[in-house]
This record gives sequence, structure tokens and C-alpha cells, in this order.
Amino acid sequence: MKKIEILGMGCPKCNELESRAKEAVKGLGIEAEVVKVSDVKTISNYGVLVTPALVVDGVVKVAGKVPKVDEIQEWIK
Amino acid sequence: MEEKCLCEPTEILIFPCSGGSNVGQIANQAGMTLTQEGFGNLFCLAGIGGHVSGMIESTKAGKIIGAIDGCPVACAKKTLEPAGFNIDEYVQVTDLGIEKNHDFNLNPSEVKKVTDPIASRIHRRKGVLSFKGKLYPSFSEGRI
Repeated sequence: MKKIEILGMGCPKCNELESRAKEAVKGLGIEAEVVKVSDVKTISNYGVLVTPALVVDGVVKVAGKVPKVDEIQEWIK
Repeated sequence: MEEKCLCEPTEILIFPCSGGSNVGQIANQAGMTLTQEGFGNLFCLAGIGGHVSGMIESTKAGKIIGAIDGCPVACAKKTLEPAGFNIDEYVQVTDLGIEKNHDFNLNPSEVKKVTDPIASRIHRRKGVLSFKGKLYPSFSEGRI
């Protein structure tokens, strides 16, 4: 099962990314765990300077913007 | 300390080579000083060289990339460009008349020689970016 982490402090952009990630998972019909990470230390351990960021199985796919659902699907399928 | 949301764009990223010589460490100190003065954010060149995904993606989100190399070996340039990043502002410490050696007692006036041109170039970009930091900080001698 894929693990998708949404890195962010809980601002509207982070919430939007979480929502799109869940939509992407649902659209693909795959099993994936979507986890929101708001702890700054954990975020900085990924080397991320700007949020929101999307992490798929430990690899940061995007930081500082909210990608489209189909882009997210490319990363998680 | 209050935690600041990280969704504010980091517009100017500064990558010093941070190499093992006086000029490498002057580059590093210059990066720190520029960050402290609000001209940008010091960022991790090793993370780019090490293919750390979070650092690479965060760098893509930056609008201006500044690189400070200590010497003509140009490690910062040679790390950033192959990773696909264009350097917008570049300074090489030895080009400023500072000789490379291994004396790590850094001279504040030499650090200032590096920070001043970068600061003024970033200042000139103020019309391009809606820069939220201090626009006219003054570098004081001996600050480091």
C-alpha cells in the first residue's frame, strides 16, 4: 500500500492538497494511506523549505504548490 | 517560539559552496549574513548534490537562485546547473580579490565584499518580486 504524506501546517493550500490527494487515490481506485504531517521537525527532516508538499513513499514529489489531481495520480499510480 | 506557516513562498534561495578553505567559508558566512539581513534564504547545496527530493522540490519553488562559490573550482555552480537549476545571481569570492588559503579566521571586511554586490543585485530586483524582507538593510562592519 502506498503512503502519501501531505506536509503542511494546516493552511488552506495544505488542506486543498490533502483533498486533491484523496481525490486522486479515489479516482485510481488504489489502496493508499493519506497522512497529514504538520510537525515542523518532521517536515524539515524531508529537506522541505516550503509547503505544502506531497510525499509518496518517502520521496518528495512537489513542494510549494498544489498540483492538479491528474499530476498526483501520475506520481501514485 | 511561534511556528510560522511554511506556505509563504521562499523567493530567493542562496547556495554557498561552503568549501574547505577560507573563501569557501567566506561564501558560507556571506550566505548566512544575507539571510539574517532578509535578502533571501540560505539553502543546502549538499542536499542538491545528494539528490534529496525535498530540497530539490523546494528549490524548484524558489524564484531566484543565488550561488556563491569560493574559488574557480565552482562547486556550487557545478552542483546546481547539472541538477537543472539556472543561477540568477552568481559571485565567486576569489574574483573579488580575496586570495584562497586555509586560514579560517575570517575577516569581516572580506565577507562584506561578498555580501555587498549580491545585496545590491537583489535590491535591484525589488521591482520584480514583491519582496517581504527588509529592503534596505545596512551591513555594518564587523557584524559577523
